[in-house]
Amino acid sequence: MSRQHSTSEGRAARLGLIALALLFLGFFLVLPLLAVFSEALKQGLGAFIDAVKNPDALAAIRLTLLIAAISVPLNMVFGVAASWAITKFRFPGRNLLVTLIDLPFSVSPVVSGLIFVLLFGANGYLGPWLAAHGVKIIFAVPGIVLATVFITFPFVARELIPLMMEQGKDDEEAAISLGANGWQTFWHVTLPNIRWGLLYGVLLCNARAMGEFGAVSVVSGHIRGETNTMPLHVEILYNEYDFVGAFAVASLLAALALVTLVVKSLLEWRFDLHSGAKH
Amino acid sequence: MPTTTFRRPDWRAPSVLPGFGLTFGFTLAWLTLIVLIPLATIFLRSAGMGWHEFVAVGFSHRALAAYRLSFGTAAAAGLVNALFGLLVAWVLVRYSFPGKRVVSALVDLPFALPTAVAGIALTAIYAPTGWIGQYLEPLGIKVAFTPIGITIALVFIGLPFVVRSVEPVLADLGHDVEEAAATLGANRVQTFSQVIFPAIAPALVTGFALAFARGVGEYGSVIFISGNMPGKTEIAPLLIVTQLEQYAYAGATAIATVMMLVSFVILFGLNTWQAVRRRRLGA
Amino acid sequence: MTTAHPKRRLFLAAAAATALTAVLAGCSGGGAKNGNAVQITNVSYDPTRELYQAINPAFAAAWKAKTGQDVAFRMSHGGSGKQSRAIIDGLDADVATLALAYDIDAIASKGHLLGADWQKALPDNSAPYTSTIVFLVRKGNPKGIHDWGDLVKPGVQVITPNPKTSGGARWNFLAAWAYGRKAGGSDAAAEAYVRRLFAQVPVLDSGARGSTTTFVERGIGDVLLAWENEALLSQKKLGAGQFEIVNPSLSILAEPPVAVIAENAKKHGTEAVAKAYLEYLYTPEAQVAIARNFYRPRDPQVAAQFKDQFPAIQFVTIDKDFGGWGAAQKTFFDDGGVFDRITTAK
Repeated sequence: MSRQHSTSEGRAARLGLIALALLFLGFFLVLPLLAVFSEALKQGLGAFIDAVKNPDALAAIRLTLLIAAISVPLNMVFGVAASWAITKFRFPGRNLLVTLIDLPFSVSPVVSGLIFVLLFGANGYLGPWLAAHGVKIIFAVPGIVLATVFITFPFVARELIPLMMEQGKDDEEAAISLGANGWQTFWHVTLPNIRWGLLYGVLLCNARAMGEFGAVSVVSGHIRGETNTMPLHVEILYNEYDFVGAFAVASLLAALALVTLVVKSLLEWRFDLHSGAKH
Repeated sequence: MPTTTFRRPDWRAPSVLPGFGLTFGFTLAWLTLIVLIPLATIFLRSAGMGWHEFVAVGFSHRALAAYRLSFGTAAAAGLVNALFGLLVAWVLVRYSFPGKRVVSALVDLPFALPTAVAGIALTAIYAPTGWIGQYLEPLGIKVAFTPIGITIALVFIGLPFVVRSVEPVLADLGHDVEEAAATLGANRVQTFSQVIFPAIAPALVTGFALAFARGVGEYGSVIFISGNMPGKTEIAPLLIVTQLEQYAYAGATAIATVMMLVSFVILFGLNTWQAVRRRRLGA
Repeated sequence: MTTAHPKRRLFLAAAAATALTAVLAGCSGGGAKNGNAVQITNVSYDPTRELYQAINPAFAAAWKAKTGQDVAFRMSHGGSGKQSRAIIDGLDADVATLALAYDIDAIASKGHLLGADWQKALPDNSAPYTSTIVFLVRKGNPKGIHDWGDLVKPGVQVITPNPKTSGGARWNFLAAWAYGRKAGGSDAAAEAYVRRLFAQVPVLDSGARGSTTTFVERGIGDVLLAWENEALLSQKKLGAGQFEIVNPSLSILAEPPVAVIAENAKKHGTEAVAKAYLEYLYTPEAQVAIARNFYRPRDPQVAAQFKDQFPAIQFVTIDKDFGGWGAAQKTFFDDGGVFDRITTAK
């Protein structure tokens, strides 16, 4: 990142700010992460690997990846559609709509699971009908997907709305007036403008989808090797005094989320090359 | 030019851009199916219990103390995050230093770590015998099992919201406005407070609001570090769990309803404030 | 694409969203019987994993030998109350093996999935093993804790989970109450005793395992009120020699019950195998596995074999001394009960 000194801070201020930010992150993020890894490796690497290779752990990893693979694209499509409608048009009730989209964040995870039980449970509003038709939603994969979609519902939209507000709609209007149709405008004008925001949104959505515990715990039924996601498996191991196993799976989960970093860095690198060539 | 733009619904302002029907319809339908219908069950259940009982459970002495604690600590954590989240976003966007990519990735960590693991890890650090707690204890500072501990857990949970809300807007903000300001003789502090800050303020408020809203409902990471003493360190979501343990679904939904309405009002207020502000700035 | 009528677009979008939800709600198999194999779902509480890991293959072999049928198990573990709610809300349990009779009572009364007299279906109140509440103290017992009376001495910190959220903590509370009543001779004295006791509790974790972590890993507190099986297990798993078990003069007999969830078993056609599975828990082989996992066996011969592990303690019981779980829950733990009174009033 190049910068002119007329629009930048002095070297001392810069270093000071960096140090302060790193100190804050050190206390609040790195230290807890270290605590997790130190617990996981307490009994050496062998115990760590055994914990991860356990068939129940592997089943949990598969399920977690499956859940994320279903729920993240759904929320991505929703996020893009919602932010297009909200930022490119003005209509009454726009703030209400934005607030309703935020709502899942403010609902306690305990309640996020409960609502699906109240809806689809055996004594829920739709439960008897579902049971009569042999459809299983809660205590099965569909319920876990629903709870995850609910929990991660606002992520992409929330990331895109401020960004697209900031960008306005001049670019798109110009494209339309030059004869592009809606899809062309979206693909060639809007998407390149919002790609970083979209990527962040998807990464956050993915991280949260994989890490969600509270809501999923209510609707999963905790059946070993079947409906246990990684966070649930962590809890179960922890409750069985298998601290090493619990923290091993937890650190794996953290590492899995950090894998997305590699993807992001690769993309950044590619795009930088592209835009570098253009300018 | 596509014909859609001429047959727009008359309740929205005119626009030459297409796709309103598709995106608005999809947004509304998906929102209704995934969020509104499920959340309606909360209201239905709590409505079934009658007003008197609702007040008895939802506004009991103990519940009020829990709301105060949950909303108070969430607001405190949101403010800490707004301040330091802005700093972290600024450093990540504007400066380059070794290991920046790693630092950037770490910011997402609180989302990925199951909340219970975060709670256990934080307790291990801040408990009186923990890595940091043991040095604070002689100074008379108690962190774990006090509201400070709850705030720390919520800072951890909420940080990515602020950083990731501010970061894209900050990255998108061109250098040209700052250059213009500098050319006009503004110093760095003036440029920041008069040019940069107003541009990122909406994103910062969004980040704060999201971190706050998430903090109010957080359960998994907080129960380990809060101590759960009734009336002192008992958070509102714990009361919901307590009701469920008594098979009192209606009682649980009563507390959930109160929490949700308060959060909704706060979020709606912040969103409206932002929109008004934006209109005044003429954006 | 762009020429479509916006209203029709709206409908299309709504239809697409609905279809997506419908796909999400796709079926998933809950079938239990299939030719010569049968599957049973055992919904249990947290610490029984190793116990059923030992018992399930043994039962499968015995059942195969008797009927020629293969049995597969689906195991679910979690907090007892939460598991009970899951069964009420539709979790396909063939058998429930929980921590408190109260939780299975709820399945009967609120879920109507088994008869109210379920506890008579099997011997010994349908509890194939028992346990009790003991004290875990630090090595050398530095605070000199020998009985309940020592817990309220000044400077002693007691660790117990929150009875509002943890089934185990309810046993702790009732054991303490029984001691207070016996020592003081009245309910008022008992209340005064538990009030003093809970004033010495620095942290109320939400579950039994959280309390164990607080005591063992964080080093907080002088004494942990724990299930005997948990205390023995944590001694074995978390560092032998670091902790000592103290048996109080009086404690409560905990009877974790088991039951066939009749309606589910009927639906799955697993009634016979589910019943045989639970009856198997009373056989000498299973009782040995139970004792090895630190639960007190019912079988007198097995009990004699393990008598060093399980010293004799004078017990009160929930049915005789507290009028059953329904009454105890209402008096002590529901909103406005004794626990709320002693922890909220100053």
